[in-house]
Amino acid sequence: MIADTNYIGKSTRRVDGIKKVTGQAPYIAEFNPADLVHGYVINSTIPKGKITAVKKEKALQVPGVREIFTHENVPVEVKINSDYSDPLAPPGSPFRPLYNEDILYNGQPIALVVADTFETAAFAAGLVEIEYDNEEVCEVDIRQNLDNATHEDVPEPPEPRGNAADAYDSSTVKIEAEYYQPREYHNPMEPFASVASWNEEEGSFTVYDKIQGVGSSQKYISGVFNLDKEKVRVISPFIGGAFGSGLRPQYQLFFAAMASKALKLPVKVVMTRTQMFSFGHRPACLQRLKLSADKNGKLTSIRHTAFAETSRFEKFNETVVDWSGLMYQCENVELDYQLVPVDVYTPLDMRAPGGSTGMYALECAMDELAIEAGIDPLELRIINYAEKDQNEDKPFSSKELKACYQRAAEKFGWHKRKAEPGSNQQGNQMVGYGMASGVWEAMQKASSAKAILTAEGKLTVSSGTADIGTGTYTIMSQIAAEMLGISMENVEFKLGDSTLPDAPIEGGSWTASSVGSAVKMVCTALQQKIFELAVQTHPQLFESKLFEDATFGNGEISLGNGKAISYAEVIKAAAKKSLEVQVNSQPEDSRSNYSCYTHSCVMVEVHVDKDTGMISVPRVVNAIAGGRIINPKTAESQIIGGVTWGIGMALEEEGMMDSRNGRIMNANLAEYHVAVQADVKEIDVIFVEEQDDIVNPLGAKGLGEIGIVGVASAISNAVYNATGKRVRELPITLDKVL
Amino acid sequence: MELSKHPEKTSVELNINGRDITLQISPWTTLLDALREHLQLTGTKKGCDHGQCGACTVLVNGKHINSCLTLAAMQTDKEITTIEGLANGDNLHPVQEAFIEHDAFQCGYCTPGQICSTVGLLNMKKGSNPEEIRDLMSGNICRCGAYANIYKAVEEMLEKGTEGTSSL
Repeated sequence: MIADTNYIGKSTRRVDGIKKVTGQAPYIAEFNPADLVHGYVINSTIPKGKITAVKKEKALQVPGVREIFTHENVPVEVKINSDYSDPLAPPGSPFRPLYNEDILYNGQPIALVVADTFETAAFAAGLVEIEYDNEEVCEVDIRQNLDNATHEDVPEPPEPRGNAADAYDSSTVKIEAEYYQPREYHNPMEPFASVASWNEEEGSFTVYDKIQGVGSSQKYISGVFNLDKEKVRVISPFIGGAFGSGLRPQYQLFFAAMASKALKLPVKVVMTRTQMFSFGHRPACLQRLKLSADKNGKLTSIRHTAFAETSRFEKFNETVVDWSGLMYQCENVELDYQLVPVDVYTPLDMRAPGGSTGMYALECAMDELAIEAGIDPLELRIINYAEKDQNEDKPFSSKELKACYQRAAEKFGWHKRKAEPGSNQQGNQMVGYGMASGVWEAMQKASSAKAILTAEGKLTVSSGTADIGTGTYTIMSQIAAEMLGISMENVEFKLGDSTLPDAPIEGGSWTASSVGSAVKMVCTALQQKIFELAVQTHPQLFESKLFEDATFGNGEISLGNGKAISYAEVIKAAAKKSLEVQVNSQPEDSRSNYSCYTHSCVMVEVHVDKDTGMISVPRVVNAIAGGRIINPKTAESQIIGGVTWGIGMALEEEGMMDSRNGRIMNANLAEYHVAVQADVKEIDVIFVEEQDDIVNPLGAKGLGEIGIVGVASAISNAVYNATGKRVRELPITLDKVL
Repeated sequence: MELSKHPEKTSVELNINGRDITLQISPWTTLLDALREHLQLTGTKKGCDHGQCGACTVLVNGKHINSCLTLAAMQTDKEITTIEGLANGDNLHPVQEAFIEHDAFQCGYCTPGQICSTVGLLNMKKGSNPEEIRDLMSGNICRCGAYANIYKAVEEMLEKGTEGTSSL
């Protein structure tokens, strides 16, 4: 472990901060190769049926229009021998743009207008007339289609344990409840964009793409165009938010690449905000919970069934119900997860996918059980605290959730909660307190990293990962500076380029853990190289010494006898320009004997206006057990971001679909409400001490997801405490509490 | 105008970040597209193109506006300041500095708009209480959810009596 640190654990400003506050950080749509032309996508206006005619004559007459691509004239090469899969494609057949005349969902991209300027392309797109043969029936509501729920191609949740039905029937305290949450749309502020340049001579692509992992777009494009991976370079240095929407390549990538190859010109395709509602989303989900306890509040049974939305062509799945077998000690558990295919695009992972969904229902149900048992909701969690993972029958690598409960309760003043709903009133506001637990898996994936140290003492570390606002550039620079023992000003971290060493897609909160471990490893390997070189260049000092005897710090290698030589000096003395080393890091085998999770406790205060039903959240405390915190400044930002998402999920976000035609009615930021500045007030983030030597060499568990988990349930529970109304359908809008 | 007729390009003179610039653009070009697509001033961001997200906020005569909701041709004879025009060489504007210090951004895409709105708020001498600050900053969506830190940056600027760019 690292005792005294220079960088790890220290609040550090973002290394890309100046670029971001001065407008110099380049996002995808801002790359403009020479001779660039612009594509504008046309989307279907029916949910299901066939295109019968495309009338593009008028549009083609507009000066500056280059071409209009539809299923009728798309290059045949993308229809034959093509593989449209990507690393995160779920079971099924990935969507193939312009494949034929079939319409699979409303908003499906069906044509691309390419013109010299963006304005011309957008204008001409409005002149294209599409005729359809519209099928009468479309189904978009999972609640109306539960008869079609299926287990086929769906990962099985853990096997049942004990006998939940019998235990439920014979218990004195029990609840049964159904919870529903609607579709939610990621809506990162940067619209999806791709700039593709086909090089005819080399038979290769250079693509700027908004993606959470350059390897993903590289795989997709090489599959669609039957190219070697090496012939596709994907670059993505700055991502204007993604939250899971960039885990799979989106359709603008296909269009930009297809048009660029066909026209032999660089093509830029940027989605409109409305088009940002025309692909993946958090699936609508209906959940049924049955919980029972003895009179002391000890859980006797847990049953959790979820019905989640998917498309007709892919079986998108998340981990929704497993958490109910993990969070609390209980001998009788039965879990079930089913998919309901409807006429929409395939859902997509969205911040804490499955976790924020499953834990929403479980933690609301736990609150209902606490009320039923007459036990404080926090006390109920402590009574049923799980000391081991009963799903897997494994110990936890670390679990400081009790400390989270305690620290959150102290900071929040949980003891001031009035158990009787509606009994805490301040003027016209009904005040409620609510809490929930949170959990997310602490994963680690194989990752590579390269380090180059120059004779000037400058270190460049690189890995093909991403920074979607999470702070990757900054924390990897901190880890590298710490591990090599040099000043952070001499460190540069590079990412977002498929020519860099392979890294996993940035998602699932595993980047700090995975890429961070590779960065640590590559710096240790570099120290070894420095030592080996020092033995040659300075034999009088280092001969007959072991690597383990050497210490590294302040850009110097020393043997603790007062004599130190700078890394730069060693490299110069060897007459080299630089040292280079590359490593592949894998999770340790010992990890598989443990369950590795991040935990949290969320407490919130809500105010509900007695007359208008307006709900506000003046205070949130979120205590996190996330292992080692590498940068408290960016770590706190991850959590306040997650909490802000939780506020939106609880009170605002809802993709409203017209059930007659499967069209999103509020496909814009005025009507699809996300949290704004006025919705967010005090958010206190606490990181409890948690040492974990098993999870990965850094002891860091990852923080991107955990901040949102439990927030919507804590708010739901607080609304009940304030009003006595149990709203089991998100978002909790004012009409539901009046 | 016939629908299929492309309008003639026209000459538009703008003053941006203290420089006079003449552009040959279609009259329907928004100020946002003029900045991003025709002048490569891409610090100003397009988030929705409908005045709903605030990512495109710039200062016109010191007042913050959505550059997607105005045509470039309507902004002649005015002083336009974009995010690129706030710093003085390597010296950041105090609002830029405060955004870095408070970690008031994550992905950074809404940041130029948030900063221009903050400068606009300082120019207007508004933001006398927390509620007013939060209301006046609610035209800029930050999907990463950095609001709590954006608030701290704005509050610090108000407490210090920081000058925006000019008084209104």
